[in-house]
Amino acid sequence: MAKKKEKVVGDLRIGVYVCHCGLNISATVDVPELVKFASSLPDVIVARDYPYVCSDPGQKLIMKDIQKLGINRVVTASCSPRLHESTFRKTLQEAGLNPYCLEIANIREHCSWVHADIVKGTEKAKRLVASAVARSSLLEPLDVKEAPVTPQALVIGAGISGIQAALDIADAGFKVHLVEKEPSIGGHMAQLDKTFPTLDCSACILTPKMVQVERHPNIRLYAYSEIEGIDGFVGNFTARIRRKATFVDWDKCTGCNDCAEACPVKVPDEFNMGLSERKAIYRSFPQAVPNKFVIERDVCIECKKCQKVCKPDAIDYDMEDELVEVQVGTIVVATGFDQFNPSLKPEYGYDQYENVITGLEFERLSSPSGPTGGKILIGGREPKDVAFIHCVGSRDETVGNEYCSRVCCMATAKQAHLVKERVPQANVTVFYMDVRAFGKGFEEFYMRVKEEGVFYRRANPAEIYRRSQRLVIRAEDTLLGKTVEVEADLVVLAAGMVPNINTQAVASLLRLGRSSDGFLMEAHPKLRPVETAIDGIYLAGCCQGPKDIPDAVAQAKGAASSAIAPMARGKVEVEPITAVIDEDLCSGCRICEGVCEYGALSFDQQKEIMTVNEVLCKGCGACGATCPSGCISLKHYTDQQIMAQIGAILSHVR
Amino acid sequence: MSDEKWEPQIVGFACNWCTYAGADLAGTSRLQYPANVSLIRVMCTGRVDVSHILAAFAQGADGVFIGGCHPGDCHYISGNFKTLARVTLTKKVLEQFGIDVERLCLEWISAGEGGKFAEVIDCFTSRLRELGPNSAKPKLGQKT
Repeated sequence: MAKKKEKVVGDLRIGVYVCHCGLNISATVDVPELVKFASSLPDVIVARDYPYVCSDPGQKLIMKDIQKLGINRVVTASCSPRLHESTFRKTLQEAGLNPYCLEIANIREHCSWVHADIVKGTEKAKRLVASAVARSSLLEPLDVKEAPVTPQALVIGAGISGIQAALDIADAGFKVHLVEKEPSIGGHMAQLDKTFPTLDCSACILTPKMVQVERHPNIRLYAYSEIEGIDGFVGNFTARIRRKATFVDWDKCTGCNDCAEACPVKVPDEFNMGLSERKAIYRSFPQAVPNKFVIERDVCIECKKCQKVCKPDAIDYDMEDELVEVQVGTIVVATGFDQFNPSLKPEYGYDQYENVITGLEFERLSSPSGPTGGKILIGGREPKDVAFIHCVGSRDETVGNEYCSRVCCMATAKQAHLVKERVPQANVTVFYMDVRAFGKGFEEFYMRVKEEGVFYRRANPAEIYRRSQRLVIRAEDTLLGKTVEVEADLVVLAAGMVPNINTQAVASLLRLGRSSDGFLMEAHPKLRPVETAIDGIYLAGCCQGPKDIPDAVAQAKGAASSAIAPMARGKVEVEPITAVIDEDLCSGCRICEGVCEYGALSFDQQKEIMTVNEVLCKGCGACGATCPSGCISLKHYTDQQIMAQIGAILSHVR
Repeated sequence: MSDEKWEPQIVGFACNWCTYAGADLAGTSRLQYPANVSLIRVMCTGRVDVSHILAAFAQGADGVFIGGCHPGDCHYISGNFKTLARVTLTKKVLEQFGIDVERLCLEWISAGEGGKFAEVIDCFTSRLRELGPNSAKPKLGQKT
């Protein structure tokens, strides 16, 4: 597609377009007054308002003015530039104007939505518009650069979301580097017994996908590895991966289990939620992918019994961590969740009573591959009375989690069903606040479980204590309006989802934002649910918020298709916001050199001045603020532009 | 105290990645806060020059607000630390001009902290209302 010829920039001709955004802006900002004000500003040729400037007719209005009135700077007074800057830049481009001749006055998020007083709101909107107009008059056309995209993707985390994203990207013909911190892929889904509401066996639907990952020619799996650093930008990221020492040569290991049988060291088995023991040399579970062993050196006593029995001679005590660097074009983050720690709700006695367990522990208890072979046994006996408690650590401000974890209602219904199936004579009571059975087939499943004889009691459990050998749940029945006491031999806490313990580290490494619930933040809650604020980095699964398996898979497929797009296109546009040096002013003091985090500034020995490497420059502007002679300016954020904004804001007071 | 209609004017600088987005979230969440602040978007608070802050005060700002990413979360690795150092320095300069250092407010507000943004602006505005107009503002900077 041939680029339209850009208008030659001559005299300033500014057009201002005030958006009503329906009533979102016009309810608390006097739009006609704002338009009148805008038309009074210097160099403003036209100021208009329109119900929805971002709509097709709204954009056409701008394009018509560019073409008919020769508008060469466009100011929209509308929503946040983080939402529609790219939309309006395209509008300018289509009309033949340089996209960087646009400035947005954010009068919605920063004004109409936060100031209910129309007088004060309108005054502030005027200041924001004055600031935008002043800045626009100093904007310079910039050339968008294109960069090639490395046709490889990085997927961080190999639970069901990471697995699905990796498979989709690999199936599209791109190479995937899949990094998982545990010795095996599979994530939490591998721990589940049955899945709601269809009662599919989790392992039966997950393990074939795990095998697919292992065999896929386009997937390079880095199990027992962690991301150490990420640099670069969309299309050209560099990821450093630490392959932690396994002390077992995986090229030789056959997964025969002889070593684990010989190992004398027993520690709680994380995969079974501590309900059984594993050895110091272990694999996460028998269906692990890769089916390889790892020595936990912190607990290993170096008796070397494993080495003696290992027929392929795979044990290597001298193994060291290995650092690998890979180049990727896009990144999918699928780092998942952790189960809420019920110790933070001490009234439920999770730390005191062995027959108070969490939902995930129940999964291991009822799983045929679990420590009891799928028999629901507590202290070696089948329970007579089983109680489930909803919303443990969810919808609970006292532990800082206001949100609903979305899966526990149905997971509990499924677990209640499993109790009825395995121990038919057991009495099952579910303590709930509300039952949220919102998904496909969920309500039907909930009704079925109730018909099976599971008793749903709308009650807030206040505490759990022991009376003789049994547990007593004291609760306030909110329908009866009185306190009740219910005895049980097994209490299952529907512990909610919290951000994975590594979320902060991942957010820092990738420079991603987190929402107030601690989960990673998407670019837009409705329309960009898999993108992040960083181009080329996408979110999949529970790292973004609690999800059930179908939702996690759907989001993973969305993230995969987003990650594929730049790779399929083969090139990305790079923001031309970089530092420039005025050679006549630079004294060669080299102060800026130390300020730049990217090594983009270097000293030209011949000219004795600094030079900018535009490819390395990220456009933060720190050098410009540091330069004592004021010779460095940042394109699109020049001193003059910022000063003009300051002046405009302050000269339109009152 | 001047007449009761007086309201402090605040020039704000917000980094694109954290605080500007935090202010957007305050908007999306419809959190109400005083209309005294007008934000200028910069890619990084590291871009904010001492001269920008001084220019704002010289032209009559009653307060200057700078909002960046939390330490360790800077999109450009260390821009916020540079700002911290620069703000500390600027406060010393402000003292020399007889401008109360409390008129310069630096806060770390992430993209997820819409509530914190609203609270910070609320507190800062209240404090400036107590301090009264920036009496040190030189007349030469004023345009109207």
